[in-house]
Amino acid sequence: MEISLTLNARPVSVSVEPAMLLVELLREQLSLTGTHVGCDTSQCGACLVHFNGESVKSCTMLAVSADGGSVMTVEGLSAAGQAKLHPMQQAFHENHGLQCGFCTPGMLMSAVDLVGRNPDPSEVEVRDWLEGNLCRCTGYHNIVKSVIAGAAAMRDAK
Amino acid sequence: MNMSKVVGIGASPKRKEDLRFVTGRGNYVADIKRPGMLFGAFLRSPHAHARLGAIDVTAAGAMPGVVAVYTGEDLKADNVGGLPVGWGIHGKDGNPMKEPPHPPIAHGKVRHVGDAVAFVVAETVEQARSAVEAIDVQYEILPAVVSVVEALQAGAPAVYDDIPDNLCCDWELGDAAAVEAAFIDAAHVASIELVNNRLIGNPMEPRAAIGEYDFATGQHTLWTTSQFPHVVRFLMGEFVLHIPQHKLRVVAPDVGGGFGVKQFHYAEEAVVTWAAAKLGLPVKWVCERSEGFVSDAHGRDHFTEADLALDESGKFLGLRVRTLANMGGYLSTFGPNIPTNLYAPLLSGVYRMPAIHCSVKVVFTNTVPVDAYRGAGRPEATFVLERLVDVAAIEMGIDKRAIRRRNMIPTEAYPYQTPVIVEYDSGDPMGCLDRAEKLADVEGFEQRRLESAHRGKYRGLGLSTYVEACGLAPSRLAGSLGARGGLYESATVRVHPTGAVTVLIGTHNHGQGHETTFAQIVSDRLGVPFEDIDIVCGDTAKVQFGMGTYGSRSLVVGGAALSKAADKVILKGRKIAAHQLEADLGDIVFDAGEFSVAGTDRKKKFTEIAGAAYVPFDYPLETLEPGLEEQSYYDPVNFTYPGGAHFAEVEIDPDTGTVTLERYTAVDDVGTIINPMIVEGQLQGGIAQGVGQALFEHGVYDESSGQLLSGSFMDYCMPRADNFPAIVVAPHSTTCTHTPMGVKGCGECGTIGSPAAVINAVVDALQPLGITHVDMPATPNRIWNIIRNSRAALAAE
Amino acid sequence: MKSFAYLKPATTVAAAALLAKHDDAKILAGGMTLLPTMKQSLAAPAAIIDLSAVAALREIELEEGALVVGAMARHYDVASSALVRAHIPALAALAGQIGDPQVRHRGTIGGSVANNDPAADYPAAILALDATVITTRRTVAAAAFFVDMFETALEPGEIVTGFRIPVAEMAAYAKFRSPASRYALVGVFVARTAGKVRVAVTGAASSVFRALDVEAALQERFDPDALDRVSMDPSGLNSDIHADRDYRANLVMVMARRAVAAALQNAGQGATKGQ
Repeated sequence: MEISLTLNARPVSVSVEPAMLLVELLREQLSLTGTHVGCDTSQCGACLVHFNGESVKSCTMLAVSADGGSVMTVEGLSAAGQAKLHPMQQAFHENHGLQCGFCTPGMLMSAVDLVGRNPDPSEVEVRDWLEGNLCRCTGYHNIVKSVIAGAAAMRDAK
Repeated sequence: MNMSKVVGIGASPKRKEDLRFVTGRGNYVADIKRPGMLFGAFLRSPHAHARLGAIDVTAAGAMPGVVAVYTGEDLKADNVGGLPVGWGIHGKDGNPMKEPPHPPIAHGKVRHVGDAVAFVVAETVEQARSAVEAIDVQYEILPAVVSVVEALQAGAPAVYDDIPDNLCCDWELGDAAAVEAAFIDAAHVASIELVNNRLIGNPMEPRAAIGEYDFATGQHTLWTTSQFPHVVRFLMGEFVLHIPQHKLRVVAPDVGGGFGVKQFHYAEEAVVTWAAAKLGLPVKWVCERSEGFVSDAHGRDHFTEADLALDESGKFLGLRVRTLANMGGYLSTFGPNIPTNLYAPLLSGVYRMPAIHCSVKVVFTNTVPVDAYRGAGRPEATFVLERLVDVAAIEMGIDKRAIRRRNMIPTEAYPYQTPVIVEYDSGDPMGCLDRAEKLADVEGFEQRRLESAHRGKYRGLGLSTYVEACGLAPSRLAGSLGARGGLYESATVRVHPTGAVTVLIGTHNHGQGHETTFAQIVSDRLGVPFEDIDIVCGDTAKVQFGMGTYGSRSLVVGGAALSKAADKVILKGRKIAAHQLEADLGDIVFDAGEFSVAGTDRKKKFTEIAGAAYVPFDYPLETLEPGLEEQSYYDPVNFTYPGGAHFAEVEIDPDTGTVTLERYTAVDDVGTIINPMIVEGQLQGGIAQGVGQALFEHGVYDESSGQLLSGSFMDYCMPRADNFPAIVVAPHSTTCTHTPMGVKGCGECGTIGSPAAVINAVVDALQPLGITHVDMPATPNRIWNIIRNSRAALAAE
Repeated sequence: MKSFAYLKPATTVAAAALLAKHDDAKILAGGMTLLPTMKQSLAAPAAIIDLSAVAALREIELEEGALVVGAMARHYDVASSALVRAHIPALAALAGQIGDPQVRHRGTIGGSVANNDPAADYPAAILALDATVITTRRTVAAAAFFVDMFETALEPGEIVTGFRIPVAEMAAYAKFRSPASRYALVGVFVARTAGKVRVAVTGAASSVFRALDVEAALQERFDPDALDRVSMDPSGLNSDIHADRDYRANLVMVMARRAVAAALQNAGQGATKGQ
């Protein structure tokens, strides 16, 4: 099937099998490997992307379901090919919010979605919101710190 | 950008590796595509124990896109060897452990759910998975045994026909007679029986492997999610596939967490490498998470009985430990070493323990092989000792902190020889406890407990001290304990003509921040700007050799090799400077990035010397070689012994049995700290894993069918952000006396100290009910049952 | 996943026609259960009928004392709907605790109810609020809709299009989540509608059910203390590695008490707000 979508702010038309998951389209067909697969039961959140501005699990969404919509991946957070980071990416860097980096793209996409809804989240709100994102390295301590700092930076950037 | 600058030891520069990860530019094995790449999928046994009959692959082989279907017989016919074990231990009777073969794909029998039975290669993953379902296997299902206790019973199913008692090794350490004497003299004996729950490591990146073969050069390449690519090259090349080392390249690119799970040589690595050579095309396998649950090595799984003898004042006289350790269906790379050599030598803890005896029965069962998982043996030892100390304190009516202080090794008593092989070089357990007590606001606990009680909740405070042996390992000692190879580390410092530096190091960075920490060491030693230093690891074609990253060894052993290689660079630089400045070598000093003639203003910058090294127009070539690149192999003289004191504070809701971790405070002695930010991150992450063991995680097998009941994130409880409070970590360091920089390592501290701290807190909370022990994990259901039964018992009294 | 035909009708009529035409077709609502099931090869439908283009199914309206919620209203839509929050805040609160944020951005009320997962949250609300399930063919009372595990009164070819949910006087949902999956180990929805108390329990048994003893006690006195004399019979309840029967029975009572307390509190707040 032919589908058209906006991907990281650019129009894309691709041919996909109906059985293709959005994450497979991104990783295999479009080589956007920043979106990861960490489980097969829709729980780890490594595959989070934004669909029409909301965080969703790209491992639990058909690629055809993205037809006509807008998808943003971690690669789209900062301008292509540039080292200028999104405030949330910068906050993760500044606050040591990542270790192995595997859960990081999902954490970032989740965090940016949260801050879009709640510009000044409390620690408890951040921890609750991250229910759908597993991390095995950090104990979440610095991730939570990063999200709060990233939220402040996003507020300042407005 | 900032000006180029030296970033030294003790600073917290932000990590060099972050940029690629926060922008989605990491390069994990699953991200790699090779031209013409095929995809593999394994058929895995649905049975815990079965004899393999006919395997009909005809239908599968005829399916669309299928290129090949391989079984264990195909590997056997091609002379593919079994997966080797890196340590061979000996039993009490002096005999070596039983070491049955471990074929990459089963033949004869399958020994656990998930054991590989066949491998399909196809043009797409989907085709390979579909064909897996079409393979017809005749299984003669056999009774299975999954628990260590059951496996040792007479008449239990035998995992190996020729090992009817399932006993791999009956091992011991210590002085049994001295311990018996201590118990005779004891005023009090505290006893405990406990389970150290089976864990499944679950790094967030599932394992993956790609094999490739170039017939024109005879070169094999394996990309794998490994913590130690050189060791995989050696084990797989030498013992499994018989590929000469120079024709085998193993690459472990960005790896998404390891925690021990990725420090073994796995069957899948050999199978894809072998299949790629058979087919002449790259073959990729990416593990699905549910597949990982039944094929990644598991951790822990002990049953232990232990007794502590004390005098009337609460001083420890002797410790007796009897442990049954589950090995699963095969011996994994380090399997038998973990519950023996990495366990019993730590049973003295931070205490004066005059006599210790530990016997360990290492047992085969029909479960996934058990091997190292973060902490590996040391959390188990700490849990036994620190639980037992609490039990003794409760029974004898001594304060839990006081009984520990009474027995602690005072800092001035180091070096301290324990009765179980290891000699601690340095430490200050009392200082750690003092500091932790303040940070945890132990004084305010009673007030908080009353406040919880007012809301109908139980509140408990738990303490655990610990010591670990890390920095694996002094090869001489390791060899005497059964290691089949040395455990040194290597580093090359390559100074480029411009003075920039590339480090090639044999450890592997998969979250620990090595690219940053090691660059700090080089920056500090050579005065080279931090951003002018790159750290390269994980590729046997680039890095000379290496033992990899596990056992909190990277900084301790790899960092030491790096430091020594830097020393050699300085020496070589001084020779070049002596030539250039026309001075005696002995007069050349190196300081702050400059070589100078002592007592004069004649000097050369590091960059000038680097340039000169590669432009040797006027060199005395008989005495001075061109170039500035030095290498060091470092073999430590002793283990390092990080330690500390951890306080956990929990609240329990008696209505639901829910345990909430309210506060966690850790004070750790990790020796010299290179990058405090990274050390804190390691401690926080380690603590979360230990808390996971104590409260949430449990690999559960069905006793009769041998099925893994906790086989996905739906049933295996991974800790989440909302399970934790902010974690307080603080250092209280003493300097290691034998590592070049005084470092001790920090990767496992959190995981070692925390399970006992949390369970001690849970037991403390339930003390009004007379509870003295709670097994891990302290799940709501388990706690509710304990509370209900205790209340019923109290009511009956 | 195994390949399938993908169909995306624009109306419910067209969807029903497609379902009638294709043997072995499945409705894709949010896909939060269907897609994981298909990924694990536990389901391999020949055709998928995606309802996401049927815009009308996402609407939420208030009609004659009841909320009418389209089957394709996502959990997030229900949780954030001003209408739902004003009229049945307990339903909004329940929707806001389903799964995680990303599940709430895709999962739908129709998909959840039609699937009747024994640990799903919505069936408890639908049953306790005495809602009516609206399908392409008829309306079905909630009490008759949930049959057994993953089994409902839906007939082949029939599609859930929405729900008519009477506004309750008081309601609340209390859930005890499985530590691992975060599904309801036990969830209890308590509601008093037109003077009648209904208590529905999810997670505890093979399908959502009404706790009649609890209802009777609360009918007499709508107060947590009214449940002191009531207990739950553990026989027939689920038992697994996360929770044994006795524990689940205990949780039903604990969650029931908490739900009643929350319902009273919600009602109090509502009254205050209204004045």
